[in-house]
Amino acid sequence: MLVGKSFPRVDAPDKASGRIKYTEDLCSRKALVAKICHSTIAHGYVTAIDTSEAEKIPGVIKIVTCFDVPQIEYPTAGHPYSTDPSHQDIADRLMLNRHVRFYGDDIAAVIAEDEIIAGKAVRALKVTYDELPFVLDPEEAMKEGVPEIHEGAKNNVVKHTEIHKGNFEEAIKEEGLIRVEGIYNSPMVQHCHIEKPICYAYMEKKRIVVVSATQIPHIVRRVCGMALGIPWGNVEVIKPYIGGGFGNRQDALDEPLCAFLTMQVGGRLVKLERTREEMFVNTRVRHAMRHYITSWLRPDGTLVARKMCCFSNQGAYGSHGHSIAAKGTGALAQMYPVENLWAEATTVYTNSPTAGAMRGYGMPQAVWAFECHTEDICRKLGLDPVDYRKTHSTPVGFFDPFSKNEMYYDTYRQALEEGAKAIDYDRKVREYQNQTGPIRRGIGCAIFWYNTAVWPISLEISSCRMVMNQDGSVQVQVGETEIGQGADTAYTQMAGETLGIPFDMVHVVSCQDTDVTPFGTGAYASRQTYTVGFAIRSCAEAFKQHILEIAFKYTGMQPYMMDIRDAKIVRVSDGRVLMTLAQLATETLYSMEKAEHLTIEKSAAVHSNAYSFGCAFAEVEVDIPMCKIRLLNLVNVHDCGNLINPALARAQVHGGMSMGIGYALSEKMLFDEKTGRPLNNNLLDYKLSTFMDHPHLDVRFIQNPEPTSAYGTKSLGEPPVLPVSPAIRNAVLQATGTALDDIPMDPHQLFRRFREDNLI
Amino acid sequence: MYDIKAIYEAFSVEEAIRLLQEHPEAQILAGGSDVLVQIREGRRAGKEFVSIFRIDALRGVTMEEDGTIRIGSLTSFAHITADPIIQNHIPVLGEAVDQVGSPQIRAIGTIGGNTCNGVTSADSASTLHALDAVVELTGPEGVRYLPIEKFYLSAGKVDLKPAELQTAILIPKEAYENYNGFYIKYGMRNAMEIATTGCSVNVRLNDDKTVIEDIRIGYGVAGPVPLRARHAEAVGRGLTVSPESIRAISEAVSEDVRPRDSWRASKAFREHLCHVMCERAAEAAIRRAGGEL
Repeated sequence: MLVGKSFPRVDAPDKASGRIKYTEDLCSRKALVAKICHSTIAHGYVTAIDTSEAEKIPGVIKIVTCFDVPQIEYPTAGHPYSTDPSHQDIADRLMLNRHVRFYGDDIAAVIAEDEIIAGKAVRALKVTYDELPFVLDPEEAMKEGVPEIHEGAKNNVVKHTEIHKGNFEEAIKEEGLIRVEGIYNSPMVQHCHIEKPICYAYMEKKRIVVVSATQIPHIVRRVCGMALGIPWGNVEVIKPYIGGGFGNRQDALDEPLCAFLTMQVGGRLVKLERTREEMFVNTRVRHAMRHYITSWLRPDGTLVARKMCCFSNQGAYGSHGHSIAAKGTGALAQMYPVENLWAEATTVYTNSPTAGAMRGYGMPQAVWAFECHTEDICRKLGLDPVDYRKTHSTPVGFFDPFSKNEMYYDTYRQALEEGAKAIDYDRKVREYQNQTGPIRRGIGCAIFWYNTAVWPISLEISSCRMVMNQDGSVQVQVGETEIGQGADTAYTQMAGETLGIPFDMVHVVSCQDTDVTPFGTGAYASRQTYTVGFAIRSCAEAFKQHILEIAFKYTGMQPYMMDIRDAKIVRVSDGRVLMTLAQLATETLYSMEKAEHLTIEKSAAVHSNAYSFGCAFAEVEVDIPMCKIRLLNLVNVHDCGNLINPALARAQVHGGMSMGIGYALSEKMLFDEKTGRPLNNNLLDYKLSTFMDHPHLDVRFIQNPEPTSAYGTKSLGEPPVLPVSPAIRNAVLQATGTALDDIPMDPHQLFRRFREDNLI
Repeated sequence: MYDIKAIYEAFSVEEAIRLLQEHPEAQILAGGSDVLVQIREGRRAGKEFVSIFRIDALRGVTMEEDGTIRIGSLTSFAHITADPIIQNHIPVLGEAVDQVGSPQIRAIGTIGGNTCNGVTSADSASTLHALDAVVELTGPEGVRYLPIEKFYLSAGKVDLKPAELQTAILIPKEAYENYNGFYIKYGMRNAMEIATTGCSVNVRLNDDKTVIEDIRIGYGVAGPVPLRARHAEAVGRGLTVSPESIRAISEAVSEDVRPRDSWRASKAFREHLCHVMCERAAEAAIRRAGGEL
């Protein structure tokens, strides 16, 4: 059995020893270097760019400005393409933009012999603008008289959707209902993957080759083709090992521009690497959101009706757009079913960096709002937060007509019990009541919901190719990328499991090359083990069948009498080894009569989805005069189905919890109110959490096998982030009585709120 | 890739002074943990540098005959924290510089660079102020000594004459003997951080540990340069060891600190922190000195 065992990552030794080649390592030192010139206004039009001084600098090869790029607006979101135009992503940007929509927008590019020369030339460009008023807040951007950030986007609204269920207006008229309302804010944050955004491009046989640190090579090929207005097959995208993505690379970033730049210099190799400062503003960020939630409840806690209004800050360009706010809004009824619901979501353009996909895809914001609100309900009604959640969260058997998903297990109660036990909730919640003094402790929890993959909203497909070598070992290729999550290792285990060959005989080809790799849409939506699982299983089963048919020629046994176990052809009836896979493969590849290439390829269209659930418990110590929260304990409990690799699963959860800690306590992108200029777009002033800010991270799994899944699994990559911030907030609320409604819960907010509550 | 016009390497103090005289535009490069960042940012791009990093004579902690502790300006933070003389006599300085940045920065960054930068947030600065440190400066004219408070002229500017370099930081015996100190760095996270505010307190108690004979309070980021809270110190001197005394001292700090509003922290928040941190640091220093609270 390979599935379910904690094999070491297939790439660990090479990564740990520094042998792995990332994009930068692969790029020739002779590459020309491109640097980007950024707008110094937040909104307006570039009227002219004087390049004369810059062109005089020795070593400058070419300067391309927003007046030179193809006038083709293209989409960037890493969604599967839709052949239905009404479901296609927003196409609203050029590679370099004359209509500047945020401070730092890309307006020109310099190609030079090295980065110092390119940097000097960028500084020597003289740009003039026609300035327009700018706006950073979505609700402000919707007001009358605010200039349109994109022509035709009325009130700067990208999209507005509503969900209506039951009879909301009637339901709230019921006598004796208790009304609880709250406003919950979540900030703009950035992924901060360790490898900076980078790609390089060159031309070969009139085609363009782009090597890029991306999560989605096949989608990037399509977007480059669209942006350049050339046949998509004229672009080859190669994805080497990458240093993290977290959704930032689930977007076409600089690949179209870099492809265009190489065309401008006769196909010479051009490298475009962004600085850390640019990463914050010129790639993607997480949508900042504001949720207004009002609930009407009976005194026993029964939820009668609920209204929610969400405003999502899209920033300057469409990218993933409204998908993110829509997902969170739809999730409301997945966690706490309600008969009467009125939910609205509005995604709005503003003059700030573009928001795209980021680990959790709208759910960290939504779960923050929902679970703060749930706690506020418990406070108001005087109910125990864990008991309330056990009683009112989604019950077993709950059916979601949209996705056809069912709550197959009583997961929420299982998870809450496991988490409460792990952190010793019952004892601590009593112990921490009625504290006084400057330093107080508290305990809190939050639950979450998450989907797996994107069906039925979008296409779900994965393809797999297997090729057998002379020794019986097998190469496996899929389009879904290894981005640090451990996908290659999980693929190895799943393929070996079904083929009947040991771990070391499965060689997953890590690099995706759109010319060679079977079609797949990439790494996102926590879909890899689930979606690729189908492709690997169908490919492996067909491959095994094919090999057993070949084995018939050598053994005379009918294929159904045989199996492959531990790389040997075995007679099932008595377990006798008939021949090794190596003997079969060698003979078959070199036979003068029967020689054939041992390979198979399958694609799996997926028409199911699986929901993941769980919770987190946090214990904090709050130093009130110092306005500081110390996280003492954090427990995450996940039902992600069967674990393919428990050690890697735990590592995924650790990473997500860590991201959740930073989101909860310290991360936020800041902008100058007067100019729209980013203030903290560097790793010193943007406060990612460090090891020193982490307690021991306690991870628990509830392995309820997912019935719809090829290997019993469902999503785990993104969910760990979701419950962390509300669990911490609810613990702080128990400790101090102060309900913090904004993330991050940093000392600035604590100072303001403790003053308001007369604690300091 | 760094935009550097030229680097001249010195192997002795005399050579460094000569190179600085020959290249009057050149800037001094020590560990580089600040300077390289500033070259990359463009603030020092395309400049000439005299690297003093190879002058091993400027490295290490020694005790002079009169009991003065001499810290060579090129001594790294990690070295200072681990040094037995520091650990035995002024552990507070070892603890303070152990809160600089990350392990990598503490291995390369130097105490001389930390002070010559002239920034108010330097983790060593408030503690050196609270230790009455003296700065040794060597130039073409010879050696001169300055109390650390006088060394800081204004934000980012220190009293270094042309072709002069800081060669040591001295802590006189009377400044540390019978004193106990405590440093609190306030940051938004627990590592990789620049102080929002820093407070370092040194106290000397009487023999039966009931009276505060002397107290010295140093602050970082409570004004444009690191500063001493002289009013609060005067209030504290001679008070009995008690929570009320500590409160009186920390309240008096208002007279001394002048934090400003910035997007990194509001003036009101920094002022609040100045009080709380003084209270906490004084309490911890008194406990270390054997006082009971």
